[in-house]
Amino acid sequence: MIAESLQLVADSTPFLLKGAGYTVLLSVGGMFFGLVLGFALALMRLSKRRLLDWPARIYVSFFRGTPLLVQLFVIYFGLPQIGIELDPIPASLIGLSLNMAAYICEILRAAISSIDRGQWEAAASIGMTRTQAMRRAILPQALRTALPPLGNSFISLVKDTALAATIQVPELFRQAQLITARTFEVFTMYLAVAVIYWILCSVLAHFQHRMETRVNRHDQEPQR
Amino acid sequence: MIRVEKLNKQFNGHPVLKDIDLTVEPGEVIAIIGPSGSGKTTFLRCLNLLETPDSGLIQVGEVEIDAGKPLNQQGNLIRRLRQQVGFVFQNFNLFPHRTALENVIEGPVVVKKTARDQAEKLGRALLAKVGLAGKEDAYPRRLSGGQQQRVAIARALAMEPQVILFDEPTSALDPELVGEVLATIRDLAREKRTMIIVTHEMSFARDVANRVIFFDKGVIVEQGEAKALFANPQQERTRQFLGKILGAS
Repeated sequence: MIAESLQLVADSTPFLLKGAGYTVLLSVGGMFFGLVLGFALALMRLSKRRLLDWPARIYVSFFRGTPLLVQLFVIYFGLPQIGIELDPIPASLIGLSLNMAAYICEILRAAISSIDRGQWEAAASIGMTRTQAMRRAILPQALRTALPPLGNSFISLVKDTALAATIQVPELFRQAQLITARTFEVFTMYLAVAVIYWILCSVLAHFQHRMETRVNRHDQEPQR
Repeated sequence: MIRVEKLNKQFNGHPVLKDIDLTVEPGEVIAIIGPSGSGKTTFLRCLNLLETPDSGLIQVGEVEIDAGKPLNQQGNLIRRLRQQVGFVFQNFNLFPHRTALENVIEGPVVVKKTARDQAEKLGRALLAKVGLAGKEDAYPRRLSGGQQQRVAIARALAMEPQVILFDEPTSALDPELVGEVLATIRDLAREKRTMIIVTHEMSFARDVANRVIFFDKGVIVEQGEAKALFANPQQERTRQFLGKILGAS
């Protein structure tokens, strides 16, 4: 029984690895575009201009207030009705990125506003522009606050990519569905997939920990 | 060197600075004293536009800013002024993620675009000058309050400003650390640097400043040569204030 199960997993490995490849692609892509868009949204939220602040607020409220599954369906099945047809992978990548951006926006906004006003003033007092102050003084410190929640969001994203199976993306979970449809080895296959997700997330958690140590280095004794 | 005319500032309709005029000559060391809430810190912060005045004129060197006009259209001018005006904060406000040396060279490298090795040379010299040779690679968290404030003074000096403003530079320090910071400022006074110091250290003000300004309720009540003002205040309000402060110590 166990030997048969192992044999099945071994036979399925090429399919599972291919699926895991798409899972990583969606995760990394979603995180990257989520960070870019999320940072832009965070800057809008921090603006004193309501014309910038409000659209970002509404964006965040919408994408946090609706299920990711529904968002994916709107993009993949809904948009074609108004003439925008997307392949499964771009559709899921767009959906995941837009969704991530909302969460990342709030993480970065909170981290940036947590930095003491004196830091802005110190930067201004030596003649920095707001952009220089943001880049040199504020962001490095905000990043330190933001890293743990960003890492958590990234890990959530890896698991959420399984939803892309519902719009035909041949990622990890979808591959398992296809294999079980043929072999009926439901327990073994889904367990194998669970282990692969677990490994992916553990690797991420490890890197998250290392990066946190790195950005916190000014808390330690100076190197001698 | 510095000229302030008719400077006004309100907080929520409550006036904190009323038509302040002040001229500072090169090499002058000015101490500003007065009770809390008198407007002295607000005045100092207005001088480099950390606080936005409602109206009035501020001139430092060649740079002149009319606070009556919208300040967001004078951004470049404000930055030019700030490069000529060093500011030392009560709470140091060092960049915690940068070492002492990195804090000092941040302005020259980022704002003035000085070559890094040249800036480092200047930075090391300035840290040595404030008595912190050997602490170049220490992060602020590893330094005492007095050391942090001296790094902050070196950071201000690194921009080679025409004037340095000190906002109660020893108020956040433990009593035993006050002396080292005051000694550093005293050294700068000997070099004839132009400085304006808001302080509660009366004996320091008397010994180091050329001129003392007494602020109360948003106006300059009295100003004069430091020793004369302490020995023989002309205004009743000044006498009361000094009596309270000096009587207590």
